[in-house]
Amino acid sequence: MNLKRLFLFTLLLAFLLVLTACSGDGGANTDTNADDDEADLTEEAEASDEDAEAATAGNQVLVFARGGDSESLDPGSTTDGESSRVTKQVLEGLLEFDKDSFELIPGLAHDWEVSEDGLTYTFHLDEGVTFHDGTDFNAEAVKVNFERWSDPEHAYAFAEDGYVYSMYGTMFGGYKGDEGHVIEAINVIDNYQIEFVLNQPLGFFLQNLGMSYFGITSPAALEEYGSEINENPVGTGPFKFVSWSKNDSIIVDRFEDYRKEGLPKLDRVIFEVIPDNAARLIALRAGEIDIMDGLNPDDAAGIEAEAGLALLTRAENNFGYVGFNAQKEPVDSKEVRQAISYAIDNQAIADALYAGYATSAKNPLPPGYLGYNDEVKGYAYDPEKAKEILAEAGYENGLEIELMMSPTARPYMPDPETVAQIVQNNLADIGIDVTITSHEWAPYLEQTLKGEHQMFLLGWSGTNGDPDYFLSSLLHGSNVGSSNRTFYHNEEVDALLDHAKRAVDQAERAELYMQAQELISEDAPMVTLVHSTPVMAISENVLNYVPHPSTSESLEEVELTE
Amino acid sequence: MLLPFFIRKHKTYKWVEDGGEVMFAYVMRRLLMLIPVLLGMTLITFSIVHLIPGNPAQVILGETASAQAIADLEENMGLNEPYFVQYSIYLIDLLQGDLGTSLRSKSAISSEIWPYIAATFELTVFAMLFAIIIGVNAGIISAWKQNTWFDYLAMLIALIGVSMPVFWLALMEQWVFAQELGWLPAYGRQESRDPIAAITHLYVLDSLIHLDFDRTVTILKHLVLPSIALGTIPMAIIARMTRSSMLEVMKSDYIRTVRAKGSGQLLVIYKHALKNAMIPVLTVIGLQTGVLLGGAILTETIFSWPGIGRYVYEAISYRDYPVIQSGILVIAFIFVMINLIVDILYKKIDPRIKY
Repeated sequence: MNLKRLFLFTLLLAFLLVLTACSGDGGANTDTNADDDEADLTEEAEASDEDAEAATAGNQVLVFARGGDSESLDPGSTTDGESSRVTKQVLEGLLEFDKDSFELIPGLAHDWEVSEDGLTYTFHLDEGVTFHDGTDFNAEAVKVNFERWSDPEHAYAFAEDGYVYSMYGTMFGGYKGDEGHVIEAINVIDNYQIEFVLNQPLGFFLQNLGMSYFGITSPAALEEYGSEINENPVGTGPFKFVSWSKNDSIIVDRFEDYRKEGLPKLDRVIFEVIPDNAARLIALRAGEIDIMDGLNPDDAAGIEAEAGLALLTRAENNFGYVGFNAQKEPVDSKEVRQAISYAIDNQAIADALYAGYATSAKNPLPPGYLGYNDEVKGYAYDPEKAKEILAEAGYENGLEIELMMSPTARPYMPDPETVAQIVQNNLADIGIDVTITSHEWAPYLEQTLKGEHQMFLLGWSGTNGDPDYFLSSLLHGSNVGSSNRTFYHNEEVDALLDHAKRAVDQAERAELYMQAQELISEDAPMVTLVHSTPVMAISENVLNYVPHPSTSESLEEVELTE
Repeated sequence: MLLPFFIRKHKTYKWVEDGGEVMFAYVMRRLLMLIPVLLGMTLITFSIVHLIPGNPAQVILGETASAQAIADLEENMGLNEPYFVQYSIYLIDLLQGDLGTSLRSKSAISSEIWPYIAATFELTVFAMLFAIIIGVNAGIISAWKQNTWFDYLAMLIALIGVSMPVFWLALMEQWVFAQELGWLPAYGRQESRDPIAAITHLYVLDSLIHLDFDRTVTILKHLVLPSIALGTIPMAIIARMTRSSMLEVMKSDYIRTVRAKGSGQLLVIYKHALKNAMIPVLTVIGLQTGVLLGGAILTETIFSWPGIGRYVYEAISYRDYPVIQSGILVIAFIFVMINLIVDILYKKIDPRIKY
């Protein structure tokens, strides 16, 4: 009997052993890093233990709940908004965006100059700034970071570990050696002056530098952590990274030597993952969290009336649209596209689906952006006119169109299914028979890239606050088959967008973008539906929290009342 | 890795007890069978995840990605290699104990996956404890007091329990006990403002190791609502199964004999009848445990429980092939092991069962 028990026990033990072997990199044949990994893990555990005790001393602990976990804490190698939300606290860029807009303000560079020809940018860096690991921030560190992003061969690029700096590639025209790559050279003038030399002007070069994706990492940390930098961010920001328990929480603590006197005010910020919107709201009401991102628009009205809670909105930085395939029958006809544009009631969509937290859109650019053209007439809901145009175009007997959509909720479109149905009803009114086909998100993105659609539903969100990121990406002819899913190609528009991209004078750029919007509106390659204003709920104890349109805001000035 | 260990044991130990040798051979056979089963699993999951449409590079970069960025990322992730090359690389790494690297987070899966397994394991243990304790006893009493108000009520509750949508029950629990009454926390495994220094990632165990009993209580409180949500369906199934199994056993001759000997009712039921009635119940318990360990995505999502189900589920929507493959492999392994344990327990309960 005893032996049998012993046997069962050993079996269980063996089972556990196998499990821990899976977890601990324990295999004899794995690389030599294995043991370091384990050491790191225990160190991390100990560190978080110490810090946990330290934090109980300070009571300014803020819990920020969001729907999904961060992908990586190395911001340059990800395009994920949940990642930059956290790294924004830990790393800083040369420039920063203002609290609630994309206006540039000083970051690690307190001053900068642009040469007359727009090809040389000189930055004066803050002195006496240290990274969280105690090493000094200087011009060399900036250079290392930019070279890491631009050169896949760089020692810290970690290309063989799957690191790709796609945001860098998108924003600076490619990588080292590519034809479109704009950064020719980066010259360290002295410890606190650095010069970027471009090979062609880039109208939004400075704007790019404000993006949280281009936060500066400590070179010493890149050396120390290697390709595990994605779990060990070290920057100069107001908070230093403490621990990350995947799909659960990320903890950052106040950085005592932060360059801004008296900041940050919080002792600790905890980013919690609560995937379900309703559960997140319950946790907020129960006082377990302080800030919740991703509130259902329908719940917003209730929050406003509720004691102890406050409602916040982010400035609009996106738009949802019904796109056409401008190279496919029958929507290759401008008249058909215009007729459909008149037939869709986007105000009704804004009201029905966003509980009023959206404005109907007439341009493929959010209001408030440089060069937003408010003069554009757009296509106000007018089914009669739509019928007329359709009849003139020779479709008085109606026509059939397929509308492709994916039910995956996006910030610009929380419920694509219902949007598709409203579009279907609207178009039925003018005699267009719409068949809706629903696709899974992953194949959907590919199909629309290949142009398998006649009509589709999608949207776009801004990152650097520059109109180029909206207009060129979505509607420039050279981006067909890439980010231009409408297959829209108008030489005149392309020329305007190219010109605006290379111009340095912002007023001139604004003028060019305005002209482009006129032409685009006339051609109607997409029906712009709404700009949504994401809503959030916070506890009334939270002070000075200002949501940024990019979804990443610094929490340095936030504090809690008792 | 397992086999030599057992073979050695076999040579040094002499199984004294009758049937020990047979049992040992049986377990060995089952463990050996695990190898082709798991290999087959890897082939099937590899094929399925690579056949479903959708490109991981595209999903990771999102709708704003340029074609160049997608191509670069694909190349770095090794996705442009032919399938059989990708599979061979995966298999070779696997045999070396390397589960691969997540395409999305670029972290080693082997270091990432244990906390997820631990979270699910802990939740499953408590959910099954709830399900077994309530379910078995409710079943027994229902059988004992057949056709009384208790029986009707218990079986009505069981019927509702089986058909209860888990997400609805979970949200109701949160609403009543977290929001309205404020008795229990709404989400997570622990007080997020005061995190534990994890050792095993089984937080109850960790808090006991730290001798921090206040924390144990907090962690147990966090387990209550999700365990009930997750355990309700198994509980209902177990209750119904126990009842019908008990009813059958209670009619058998040996129970009449035991009764004739003058044994008390409780003794008859809990000692003599239960043992025989437990065999089918045990099967259900084993299966349900396996299912729960495979990840309860709904419960894990609503209670923000960072378990293996959510890990694999999110990997599927991102087409994170290595994570899907490794996750399913681990789940399959656990499932097979639980089945084995259940089979061994059969023998323990009923020595007449032969392998």
